[in-house]
Amino acid sequence: MSSSLVYAYYPGCSGLGTSLEYDRSTRALCAALGIKLIDIPDWSCCGSTPAHTVDHTLSGALSARNIAQAESLDVQGIITPCPSCLTNLKTASYRMRDEGFKNKVNKLLDTPCRNDLPIMSVLQVLFEKVGPDAIKNKTTIPLKGIKVAPYYGCIMNRPPKIMNFDDCENPIAMDVLMEAAGAEVMPFPLKVECCGASYGVAKKEMVTTLSGKLLDMAADCGATSMVTACPLCQMNLDLRQSQVNRANKSHHEMPIFYYTQLLGMALGLNDEDLMLNKLCVSPNKVFYSLREPQRAEAS
Amino acid sequence: MNNFRLNGSINTEFINEVQKRSGQNISLCYQCGNCTAGCPYTTFYDIPVSKIMRYVQAGLKEEALSCSSIWLCATCESCTTRCPNEIDVAHVMDVLRHMAREEGYEPEPQIKTFWDSFLNSVKRHGRVFEVGVMGEYMAKTGRIFTDMDLGLKVIPKGKLGLKPHDIVGKEEVAKIFERYNQEYKS
Ligand code: SF4
Ligand code: SF4
Repeated sequence: MSSSLVYAYYPGCSGLGTSLEYDRSTRALCAALGIKLIDIPDWSCCGSTPAHTVDHTLSGALSARNIAQAESLDVQGIITPCPSCLTNLKTASYRMRDEGFKNKVNKLLDTPCRNDLPIMSVLQVLFEKVGPDAIKNKTTIPLKGIKVAPYYGCIMNRPPKIMNFDDCENPIAMDVLMEAAGAEVMPFPLKVECCGASYGVAKKEMVTTLSGKLLDMAADCGATSMVTACPLCQMNLDLRQSQVNRANKSHHEMPIFYYTQLLGMALGLNDEDLMLNKLCVSPNKVFYSLREPQRAEAS
Repeated sequence: MNNFRLNGSINTEFINEVQKRSGQNISLCYQCGNCTAGCPYTTFYDIPVSKIMRYVQAGLKEEALSCSSIWLCATCESCTTRCPNEIDVAHVMDVLRHMAREEGYEPEPQIKTFWDSFLNSVKRHGRVFEVGVMGEYMAKTGRIFTDMDLGLKVIPKGKLGLKPHDIVGKEEVAKIFERYNQEYKS
């Protein structure tokens, strides 16, 4: 691991509200692993899904404003924890390789975008630049006894031509990092299936059906918790788990962690940084199983 | 089921426009159905995605632009990832949405209203203001009690910002929308 990992950080809007525990634990984990984050000055919303359903130039410009803001910094690239923001930033950057598209985008901006910084997820940097060995070496509280289903969500790795990270059908980055931290990773075949995205508000039955499938499958695979890298996935599976249960007559009580929370726990980060109390489904049962082996050793 | 019009004129203008705007060669689609097989939303669709591709090939504009499916697509990229002919199917779905918007099709008004409320919030504050989005959405759709149960869970956890997150450069962001409207909407 090099000590000179410096990145422009794009927190994304949900990090200010519904996923503040993700933002907080990401920052703490990066600090513990020697990654320096500099917030993109005065970053704005990338427009998320709504923007690209209206127009690609508009969507590109909303992302490109942030890329341009980051270009004033002395950094190795731009990183973000949120797959939805990541997709927008990377897609804009990919399409701007076409000069015609780049000109159209820059016409909408005050400050033109150079488009020469690499863009990655925080997960990619942890996996490729920090690596599982560093996680293993820094682990002080191994996640023994935690049976976890890693869920990547649909767009972290797809389409491969643009996202350019891990495997598009069977990604393994979170699996490997979780194992390095001592967790038991369950084989989970729905790693890249969609959870229902942002349709919870307008078309709830789509979310309760699709997220229901994910919870059922995770439980069938023997997982007692799930771990995710996406704020929207986490919200659908955790906050909406009661709605899912009601719609499907199921009884899941499956804690849904951000992978940064679990890795942070293994590294011994403190409660204020992990913010586990922000989760809707209580993780207490899982912690009980975590302490079990240690209790057994003690007695 | 609609029959394809085998005689009469084919709307080549529509085919060309979709191809130009998406940059995809739709004629490469040989209807293998891979996109539909992997589409998590297909159970909710009125027309499966492979059939929409066929509609485009056949120049059936009205059929392609009026369906619900193009509004329900979550851009999960499964179809694009798995198409053996490397057609960016999700991109085509996006382009059809753009065209449907322009031509005034609104088969899923709630989804459109939600997206529009979201973008209005970005335009106004520079970042999304979740409570504001919900407020505008509820006012426009009249669906007042949607997600009330979740609000009750989230507020005590301090996870719902009750104040908008205005940024310094919010005018700059508003100008992106204004320039876009001037350039492409007039
Ligand atoms: S996967 Fe590709 S070739 Fe097959 S039906 Fe879909 S668009 Fe056509
Ligand atoms: S991108 Fe849309 S059409 Fe394609 S598989 Fe996903 S939901 Fe279906």
